[in-house]
Amino acid sequence: MGDWKTVTVPVLSSDSKNIFQYTSEKKMSPPSLNTQVLRLPLPSSKSMHTFFSAFCTEENIEQSISYLNRELTTLGFPSIYAESKGKELNLISVINCMNELLVLQHKNLRAQEEVEMQHLKLGSDMDHLQNCYAKLKEQLELSKREIVGLQERDRQLQSKNRSLHQLLKNEKDEVQKLQNIISSRATQYNHDMKRKEREYNKLKERLHQLVMNKKDKKIAMDVLNYVGRADGKRGAWRTDKTEARNEEEMYKALLNDYEQRQKQLLMENAELKKVLQQMKKEIISLLPPQKQKPKERSEDGPVLSDLEEDTGELNKENMWELSCETVREQLTNSIRKQWRMLKNHVEKLDNQVSRVHSGALNDKDVISREDHELETEKLELEIQQCKEMIKTQQQLLQQQLMSPCDDDTTLLLQDCYLLEERERLQEEWRLFREQKKNFEKERRNFTEAAIRLGLERKAFEEDRGAWLKQQFLSMTTDYKHSENMTTASAFLGSSDQDNRLMNSTSQQRKPHCTLSIPIPAEPCQTSQCISHNSSDAASKKPAGDKKPNQWEESDKEETE
Amino acid sequence: MHLPDSKCIRASCVQYRLVIRDVNTLQILQLYTCLDQIQYIEWSSDSLFILCAMYKRGIVQVWSLEQPDWHCKIDEGSAGLVASCWSPDGRHILNTTEFHLRITVWSLCTKSVSYIKYPKACQQGIAFTKDGRYMALAERRDCKDFISLFVCSDWQLLRHFDTETQDLFGIEWAPNGCVLAVWDTCLEYKILLYSLDGRLLSTYRAYEWSLGIKSIAWSPSSQFLAIGSYDEKVRILNHVTWKKITEFEHPATITNPKTIVYKEVEKSPSVDAERLSFPPRALASSLFSTQSKYDISQVPVSLQYVKPIADRANPKIGIGMLAFSTDNCFLATRNDNIPNAVWIWDIQKLKLFVVLEQLCAIQSFQWDPRQPRLAICTGNSKVYLWSPAGCVSVQVPMEGDFQILSLCWHSSGDSVALLSKENFCVCYLEREEVK
Repeated sequence: MGDWKTVTVPVLSSDSKNIFQYTSEKKMSPPSLNTQVLRLPLPSSKSMHTFFSAFCTEENIEQSISYLNRELTTLGFPSIYAESKGKELNLISVINCMNELLVLQHKNLRAQEEVEMQHLKLGSDMDHLQNCYAKLKEQLELSKREIVGLQERDRQLQSKNRSLHQLLKNEKDEVQKLQNIISSRATQYNHDMKRKEREYNKLKERLHQLVMNKKDKKIAMDVLNYVGRADGKRGAWRTDKTEARNEEEMYKALLNDYEQRQKQLLMENAELKKVLQQMKKEIISLLPPQKQKPKERSEDGPVLSDLEEDTGELNKENMWELSCETVREQLTNSIRKQWRMLKNHVEKLDNQVSRVHSGALNDKDVISREDHELETEKLELEIQQCKEMIKTQQQLLQQQLMSPCDDDTTLLLQDCYLLEERERLQEEWRLFREQKKNFEKERRNFTEAAIRLGLERKAFEEDRGAWLKQQFLSMTTDYKHSENMTTASAFLGSSDQDNRLMNSTSQQRKPHCTLSIPIPAEPCQTSQCISHNSSDAASKKPAGDKKPNQWEESDKEETE
Repeated sequence: MHLPDSKCIRASCVQYRLVIRDVNTLQILQLYTCLDQIQYIEWSSDSLFILCAMYKRGIVQVWSLEQPDWHCKIDEGSAGLVASCWSPDGRHILNTTEFHLRITVWSLCTKSVSYIKYPKACQQGIAFTKDGRYMALAERRDCKDFISLFVCSDWQLLRHFDTETQDLFGIEWAPNGCVLAVWDTCLEYKILLYSLDGRLLSTYRAYEWSLGIKSIAWSPSSQFLAIGSYDEKVRILNHVTWKKITEFEHPATITNPKTIVYKEVEKSPSVDAERLSFPPRALASSLFSTQSKYDISQVPVSLQYVKPIADRANPKIGIGMLAFSTDNCFLATRNDNIPNAVWIWDIQKLKLFVVLEQLCAIQSFQWDPRQPRLAICTGNSKVYLWSPAGCVSVQVPMEGDFQILSLCWHSSGDSVALLSKENFCVCYLEREEVK
């Protein structure tokens, strides 16, 4: 327990010159957990007053000052005397010391506060830990007690179990004993019964003898007349033959019955085999095609090929001959194999579906349910649309087929339509043929024109050449008029040709001139000529015809 | 009061008078008087003769229908008479004398007599095949059981073999006449199957020590053999392997929701004549309850269970009544622990089909010889009919008390005779026109 004794010094009023101090006696034992909150209460003014007068009075001022100085210097503060060993107080240093002391006091207070806080915290932590510890101890106690209780119960139950086992064994032993007793008693009773029965039989025999011996007249049948047999036949003697016949008949009856049963069983068997074969085929069709991983493929491969062989074999054989054991076994084994495969496949699908449901869509092959549903919806819509289209088409087709048979007016209408169409087609055909002809004509004209153009160009070139020559010649003749004759003869000599040429050229020139210079007017004139020609040459060959035609066309074209 | 009938004639006996009526009109055709109180009457196979047995006097009297004057009397004298029956050819009468000393075969054609010694003193000691060619007879010599097979035409002994039974209780031919079922006393659960030529085909034992077989029934096609036992179960054997193919249990609580339970319910007494009504399409709508005598009970249903008295012999537990329908589709059973209920099993599915819960204990039931229709009587004045279409309860319009104790269908399936102690009445069923 930390006891704090505070001796507080009353604070004086605001007199800066008076030194006030207080000492606090602190008795502090080592800090313990349960500390109380410590606070330095602010002293009231009254108490401070008395306290202040305790240290320094009017008599011992100098002593107190020197004491203070000593204390301060030991604490490291500068001296408060003006000079050493003087009696004058250095006011500044005093004030400074005071300030320093105040600051120190503040710091100490703050440190104290901090320490107190930490103290409190630690105290509460300790409390908390102590509580936890106590609780845990309690819990531990409880669990220990529980364990003890459970162990006790376990022991009890085990002992009960043992006792029950013992009881059971006892009961079983008793049962066995009772059974033995029963069996022994049963044998005893049987024995007794047999004895009694023998006695009874003896009595019966005796009685029988007596009855028979008595020859009672009463034992008789009194019948009015004999009755015929039910089937009308006469009674027969019993001979060996009849006995044999009876045996035979009995065996016949038995055999009939067995045969019937066997027939039924055969029929059943055949039906079942048929069903099995069908099942086998369906299972094979249900099994997925070889889209599986190579591992599985390698596993399934030989099996499937085996199965295919089996099916081939068994389908070949006749159903009715499948009665031998090995074939039967083959069939059942193959069906079992395939059924197992189908089961595995279905299990795989189930797993896939469950995986999809759980959301782990790791496998790319697995389509999510929503996608699947969307797809199916789309497909359904498509199917519906297609169906509707098919329906409408069918309807139209039916209309087409049905309506001609039904209505005459529609027939006529149809005929009318057809005629119209035909006429239209004919017209178009005519037009088409005309156009074709025209196109042919134009083509011919074009070719003629092209040929003529070529020829005329050639002629024109020759003409030009001749004209140039003549020019030259004229120039030369003008220059050499005197030598004209000689040259002319030469020219003449050769100018026969030249003359001819000239004539021709002149002849040609004229048309050339007429041709070359007024070009726009040419075609008309030429066309006139040509038309003239054409009119003359109406009976010419068609090749000749072509040209004027072509020209006409070209004319047409040009005028257009 | 006995009432067998032939094709179109019904015979009934009252005390010592034998009355022969026409089936359709119930008009009395003949009336015969016998010497003593008649205990048993039986038509011959060709319906020309009828025998009347009087056990007390030891006399059997035979009457002819064609010739009312013809008469025949067989007197067993001091040998006594315990049972009497026709042979399948209709011309021989087999009388079992007292103490089962012997069986006397009287011939009406030749007036001759044969004796068969050591017949077995059991409930069903004589069995004829359906076609009437062979007869199986149980015998017991030196504390051992034997079976003798006779050819009925000339009474030649065909086969004689011993059986591995402790104490043979009954024998029955399969309807195809090739297999004979032989079963042991109820102290031993054992059933043996012999072929026509005397070979043992198979033995079946379900369990040991507990009480065993109570009743058996062959299916009409000879495919199945139903064995009802004291452990309240029916076991069905198949004719190919003679092994059990299924077990039918008869618990007191029915929990399977697919089973239809019809409960007979008393209607309010204000209604004069209780009307007949069908629960329509009962198979489909088990929740649809109509105001009928039969109510469909909701599964689970708890039936009335009677705890048998433990220390008495022949306890009333186990399957006491078994019958296959003629079309081989249904099996009707009664568990003697639950005497008010008839259980109808579907043989095609080998499952429980319908349970009919009556107000009184079932006295007897019989299937229609032509269709899958079951007639039930419970000792009151109503007859109950069930068919896969539904069930109906019919009140016999009679004054006074008429307690139906047994019933008997006509071979055409058109009518059923209801017998009480003193009276009988014939119920005619209209056949619906099938267009």
